[in-house]
Amino acid sequence: MGFANWEIVIGLETHAQLNTASKIFSGASTAFGAAPNTQACAVDIALPGVLPVLNRGAVERAIRFGLAVGGKIAPRSIFARKNYFYPDLPKGYQISQFELPVVSGGGLAIRVSSGDTASEKYVHLTRAHLEEDAGKSLHEDFHGKSGIDLNRAGTPLLEIVSEPDMRSAEEAVAYAKALHALVRWIDICDGNMQEGSFRCDANVSVRRKGSDVLGTRREIKNLNSFRFLQQAIDYEARWQIETLEDGGRIHQATVLFDPATGQTRAMRSKEEAHDYRYFPDPDLLPLEIPAAWIEKVKAGMPELPEAMKARFERDCGLSAYDAGTLTASRETAAFFEKTLALAGAANAKACANWIMGELAARLNREEKDIAEAPVNPSQLAGLVARIADGTISGKIAKEVFDALWNGQGKDADSVIEAKGLRQISDTGALEKIIDEVLAANPKSVEEFRAGKEKAFNALVGQAMKATRGKGNPQQVNELLRKKLGA
Amino acid sequence: MINASLKELSAALAGKQLSSVELTTLFLDRIGKLNPALNAFITLDAEKSLSMAREADHRLARGEGGPLTGIPVAHKDIFCAEGWLTTCGSKMLSNFVSPYDATVIERFKAAGTVTLGKTNMDEFAMGSSNETSFYGPVRNPWDTAAVPGGSSGGSAAAVSARLTPAATGTDTGGSIRQPAALCGLTGLKPTYGVVSRYGMIAFASSLDQAGPMAKSAEDCALLLNAMAGFDARDSTSLERPTEDYTREINAHGSTRDGDKPLAGLRIGLPKEFFAEGLSADVAQAVEDAIAAYRKLGAITVDISLPNMKLSVPAYYVIAPAEASSNLSRFDGVRYGWRAPQYGDLTDMYCKSRAQGFGAEVKRRILIGTYVLSHGYYDAYYLQAQRIRRLIAQDFVAAFRQCDLIMGPTSPSVAFDLGDKAGDPVQMYLSDIYTIAVNLAGLPGMSIPCGTGARGRPVGLQIIGDYFGEARMLNAAHQYQLATDWHRRAPAL
Repeated sequence: MGFANWEIVIGLETHAQLNTASKIFSGASTAFGAAPNTQACAVDIALPGVLPVLNRGAVERAIRFGLAVGGKIAPRSIFARKNYFYPDLPKGYQISQFELPVVSGGGLAIRVSSGDTASEKYVHLTRAHLEEDAGKSLHEDFHGKSGIDLNRAGTPLLEIVSEPDMRSAEEAVAYAKALHALVRWIDICDGNMQEGSFRCDANVSVRRKGSDVLGTRREIKNLNSFRFLQQAIDYEARWQIETLEDGGRIHQATVLFDPATGQTRAMRSKEEAHDYRYFPDPDLLPLEIPAAWIEKVKAGMPELPEAMKARFERDCGLSAYDAGTLTASRETAAFFEKTLALAGAANAKACANWIMGELAARLNREEKDIAEAPVNPSQLAGLVARIADGTISGKIAKEVFDALWNGQGKDADSVIEAKGLRQISDTGALEKIIDEVLAANPKSVEEFRAGKEKAFNALVGQAMKATRGKGNPQQVNELLRKKLGA
Repeated sequence: MINASLKELSAALAGKQLSSVELTTLFLDRIGKLNPALNAFITLDAEKSLSMAREADHRLARGEGGPLTGIPVAHKDIFCAEGWLTTCGSKMLSNFVSPYDATVIERFKAAGTVTLGKTNMDEFAMGSSNETSFYGPVRNPWDTAAVPGGSSGGSAAAVSARLTPAATGTDTGGSIRQPAALCGLTGLKPTYGVVSRYGMIAFASSLDQAGPMAKSAEDCALLLNAMAGFDARDSTSLERPTEDYTREINAHGSTRDGDKPLAGLRIGLPKEFFAEGLSADVAQAVEDAIAAYRKLGAITVDISLPNMKLSVPAYYVIAPAEASSNLSRFDGVRYGWRAPQYGDLTDMYCKSRAQGFGAEVKRRILIGTYVLSHGYYDAYYLQAQRIRRLIAQDFVAAFRQCDLIMGPTSPSVAFDLGDKAGDPVQMYLSDIYTIAVNLAGLPGMSIPCGTGARGRPVGLQIIGDYFGEARMLNAAHQYQLATDWHRRAPAL
């Protein structure tokens, strides 16, 4: 098998549920989890005679997205009907946008790390358009019948279509993650993937390296986790390559990913594909977005992650990697900025390290969001300041951090005080301890003198242990070398 | 009393010479006696009607009545009315009791009218003779061998037979004007967007418009006052200042000459309206009406609507296209007809829709599905939309030369039941003069202007410029002051 001879080409279509209070064409609530059909009004269940009225909040969110990705916001776009029959589609058509979408073009930068190297890439967007979600078919518990829940019917979606710019499952995941962070950053989608607020379809094709012709694609539907996205693309690409290498052909098809088996299987072929009979919805006027509306939305936009990242690199001297990690979510960035404001610009790198290191690890371990971190920015800033002024060592700082995490003190100073963790920088005191260590470890001293550098480290360890970690490591080092005459 | 105008009825109710309950009872009795032969109503509910009448009487007693309070009105069964069976003339909705009121119904309720019943209609408003109704054809009160026209045939027959003082209709390609003409009534289709479509079961959304059907222009003006106005629930509803459609009804022409109240009015006569296909009796009555208009001071201008000949083919692409999608919601899943026996889901859809829809509705769904299909869309749907724009431009050009356009409403007087039922194209051509008005979104009306073969009524069509309703009503009213065609009622 020569996978190395093949190039994988991926484009994603992502459905981001817009976080409006009411539906895109009716006044019913969009809240998740209500009893079936309690949030479906006359319009949502498509009673005879009802008509859609566009929710301007959904449009505003689309504008926000267009601005965030640098796309073109159409001054006039059209809602079209996509016609097909399904029991969870009450009107027999979905109102979507077809020929003229609200946003076209734009793109976003992604960072892909493979092994030790990280590379940047810009993924172009084809378009983003507004549409309504369908309801849900419930195929269990109805004595051989199917149930229909129309609570989700009419929920506003922004369908974001990328160009086929991605070349690996890792890139696709990086793009999906960047997009996920962005829609949350600009507060248009809650990003809750379990509840289906953010889900991807992946168009996958393969071609021989060097070819500039796209292969036949298959579309993997409804991937609602980054892990599934990765697995599905990996499986699909491998399957396509193997099929072609075995002399087979790829037929355009829609496929489903089965998380249980890790495989994709065809749902329907191109021949069976629906003819959706799109046409402009005569119940809705063209969507007009005057420049003044765009300006108004622009004025309310938060600083975007790319701009913030550049600022962190420029003003805080952070590496691109650090700045990128800190701007991966708006909450993390806000945490960093608050910490930085209290700890001072000189401690930017230390603040960044603590947030990306200890804090992130603890959050990860306890499956918490940064917004619910038990250590707040002011506590962390206090901790960083005490490291910087030599009150505690980095090692002791971890103990202080633990204490703060567990609520054993209101700030770093009170923890240091209560636990007596202040660093020993008193030369006299340290010399006394070192003398005792040297006396107690003649063998190590012997070995060091015989040229074994490792023995020195053992002595440092013993000395630090004797100070119960509070010894200033640099001073301990210097004093030890002095005493040993090295 | 049954021939009284709305103004007279209103005065009688306000003056306590008559209660709404008495008036409602009078019409209900008349319906009981005459409707079996006419089949103008699908649903009657005397208790509901009388309860509304009692409520109206209370309002009148409190002195809170308006110009329509206490007056019975029959509603086309296309309007959703809370608690009323709302069938749209179809088996598909033969079990559908609406849980909500259409905006039109809501507005009539606010005005205090009494709902007398739901009138028969062509199934989903698709038809020009009322023969496609699941509830059987409506008979023309002037001659029960004849059709009343359609699709608002039940409303037309009911007003014509004096089973109700007034009724509502809807007009997608002529469905108010053509039955008004065939039954000797005054009916008005407003400018698209003037009356809310919310709660009116959609046939072709870009063409559908509700309007009043009554005995006179003056009555129509009063009814339109109640019906019209912006509605936030209909995105195609127009946000405009409230109009009093009676305001110009007695306005005199520029010379202020009492004998020539329409002096200065320029009437455009499209040569295409008076060409081949127009029957001689209708042509004669319309020409007589035009002569009467000249006597009232109007001048006539020969105009041309060169693309009008394309209006029927364009309409029979656009209207079915929209209908095929609008009627998709009738799938047997949530309400309406579901086949009693079926296999899988597809079978349920197929059987429910095959059983629930009649032949004409199916024909239009098939046409509409076809013209929207991949590969045909450009050739049919887009082309029809282009023609639609050309037709609208023809009218814009015409209204530079005239104030109103007049001509026949229908190419013939009412035809006999069964005459065209087997020939859809002949049936479609009976709307040849009315369809262009819907495609352009203009207001149009039909007023009685004579009788033709076998004493059957002839309608004069008046087409106005956008929002020209008040002017049209003025021209119609002045004609009705000078003539008595609108006062003639069929002998029953």
